[in-house]
Amino acid sequence: MLKVTIDDISIAVPAGTTILQAARMIGENVPPAMCYYSKLEGSGGKCRTCLVKVTKGSEKDPRPMPKLVASCRTTVMDGMEVRNTTSPEVMDARKGITEFLLINHPLDCPVCDQAGECKLQDLSYEHGLAKSRYAFKRREFERKDIGDKIQLHMNRCILCYRCTQVADQLTPERVHGVLNRGEVSEISTYIENAVDNDFSGNMIDVCPVGALTDKTFRFKSRVWFTKPVHAHRDCPTCSGKVTLWYQGPEVLRVTGRKNQWNEVEDFICNTCRFDKKEKSDWIEDGPADIDRHSVIAQNHLTYELPVIQKHLETNTQPEQ
Amino acid sequence: MGRKLLLENIEKPDINTIDGYLKYGGYRSLDKVLKGMSPDEVTEEVKTSGLRGRGGAGFSTGLKWTFIDKSTDKPRYLLCNADESEPGTFKDRLLMEKNPHLLIEGMILSSYALGCNTAYIYIRGEYMFILRILERAIQEAYAKGFLGKNIQSSGFNLDLYVHPGAGAYICGEETALIESLEGKRGNPRIKPPFPAVSGLWDCPTIVNNVESIAAVVPIIMMGGAEYAKIGIGRSTGTKLISASGNINNPGVYEIEMGVPVEEFIYSDEYCGGIKGGLDIKACVPGGSSVPILPKSLLFKESNGSPRLMTYESLSEGGFQTGSMLGSGGFIVYDEQQCIVRNTWNFARFYHHESCGQCSPCREGTGWMERVLHNIEYGHGKEEDIDLLWDIQRRIEGNTICPLGDAAAWPVAAAIRHFRHEFEYHVKYPHRVKDADHVYQPEMKYQTI
Repeated sequence: MLKVTIDDISIAVPAGTTILQAARMIGENVPPAMCYYSKLEGSGGKCRTCLVKVTKGSEKDPRPMPKLVASCRTTVMDGMEVRNTTSPEVMDARKGITEFLLINHPLDCPVCDQAGECKLQDLSYEHGLAKSRYAFKRREFERKDIGDKIQLHMNRCILCYRCTQVADQLTPERVHGVLNRGEVSEISTYIENAVDNDFSGNMIDVCPVGALTDKTFRFKSRVWFTKPVHAHRDCPTCSGKVTLWYQGPEVLRVTGRKNQWNEVEDFICNTCRFDKKEKSDWIEDGPADIDRHSVIAQNHLTYELPVIQKHLETNTQPEQ
Repeated sequence: MGRKLLLENIEKPDINTIDGYLKYGGYRSLDKVLKGMSPDEVTEEVKTSGLRGRGGAGFSTGLKWTFIDKSTDKPRYLLCNADESEPGTFKDRLLMEKNPHLLIEGMILSSYALGCNTAYIYIRGEYMFILRILERAIQEAYAKGFLGKNIQSSGFNLDLYVHPGAGAYICGEETALIESLEGKRGNPRIKPPFPAVSGLWDCPTIVNNVESIAAVVPIIMMGGAEYAKIGIGRSTGTKLISASGNINNPGVYEIEMGVPVEEFIYSDEYCGGIKGGLDIKACVPGGSSVPILPKSLLFKESNGSPRLMTYESLSEGGFQTGSMLGSGGFIVYDEQQCIVRNTWNFARFYHHESCGQCSPCREGTGWMERVLHNIEYGHGKEEDIDLLWDIQRRIEGNTICPLGDAAAWPVAAAIRHFRHEFEYHVKYPHRVKDADHVYQPEMKYQTI
């Protein structure tokens, strides 16, 4: 076991653990990760939002690392000391990265299906500026259909490469990649080929922003009006463990079960995702856990009332 | 007159054929190595010579060779980085075009030292005509038994291939080069692991610049210790400098390390002074990626001693007062050149060449170019200069590969040393649009 200290909190982790994974084990001050996805091999290192400062390389070689490092791709050394939110340099860099990610983003959150569960929204809330300093036309692309159930809205894409890694690792015949380079590079199924595969729908789940959306859910509702319920079915191609998103009695969409880091537990097949939208198709396992900070939490008051509200209640009692 | 090691016979008309090359003493280093030197001895010679990577980073070549992972039984590869795309740099082109056998001999020597049986020359797509020259030279070398199985009956095998890129600057970054050679999109890899451990097809790989590999030939011939005597301090040997800009004699020069910058610009042996007798304004000493130096800092170090053409002297004082030797793309600007326009031009290049993999570089390079374009064409605002500074600061050091740094440094240096020119552009937009484009001291306008 190796000892690592992140923001003055120490933890022992097995060899090969990355700084980000160690931070997730601690559970506090976790660097944001827009491109890293623990279930996709080779993901991470691209968005640079998870940059941290290594103030002490290891017990053997205590020199600090000269540059900020991507915590998702840097493995822990014994005795390593890392600064995340306690380093002004890191916070400044993260602010810069957030600004870079947003300059070409259309900011169409009011009409975006991802709004409410969008990682870029969270990131800009925490690290963004109130006003954009970018005074130029944002890049624009045509909306494209990837198969008949998925829509690609390239304007919103932050080029995290997660979807191409899904295509690479889950689907045997890959026709999905990145075209062009630099600012104008775009996700493409080469010459508009539909990705015709049982697991292609998972690219919707891995997309951190609203670039890849489920056409069967498009404009049906907002995330915060729906109610997630874990369910399962006996599926011949996948594990069949999903989350159903209800509005009233209606199942509006089906996704993989996501953990607190927004990563799915199991990749699910397209039949489960797109075709099984009746309550009778599923056996329910009970409501999904909801992070207290999530926008959908307000529909599910399962936790104690906030202290301030209790305070109000006691204070408004008539004086005796 | 300095010593010529690489360009000694470059003017000989038949040097590009194997017969010509043999006539002028070619493949003698190879003979020396195959007859009586072990691979480790060759590496040791290169280490002793103090040869530093000529591609720009200046890392010790011999030391790099010792990093190659010899513990696995995987094949090892040597890659020659001939993807010379840095604006202002054209030294490798001359070497490969005129004297291809020097590079081939260097490749054989280096492969022998590293224990590689397959080596590749990755050449940029725009050098297609050089690809043909190299392929013909390789055919000749195969025919004479310098390549292939059992080279000169020594038992050492080597196959050498030339592979053209498709014209992307980013493929000059060693891991992007490896990706491209594997047939993938030329995106740089995230390091570690470094290529010396896991490179081409996950095998140990060494990537060296054309000039570094060619320099191995004279190093073996004269001995590492003798080579180390040329030059000053840790900058040993000779270096090819591609001089361009407003000078009388642009071209590729081989200099002994340690020539004063002033002498290099004004001596008739080299650049021959500024064209038209004008004054010098600035100089980019190592290709477009390195910081620009104004006249006031170019000739003297901060302690007053003359600035020399060495790795150390040019980078003296960090980026506050220094620059870098880089790849040796020496660009000189006379007093009539506009620094803002030049900076915009560089920014445009990096915007075009960013691979788009990591966000600071993908978004930042385009942003910088647009802001610079506005300033250059008289639409700039006062705060744009600070904005530019902020953008470059947040790109630098936060990217996967050095392209982000390369895009940020020229902008930073231009603002640091020539802020008055940016302010002039913002202040007098109507003049910028007209003929009076270049910065003039304020006085001139008070009289109008």
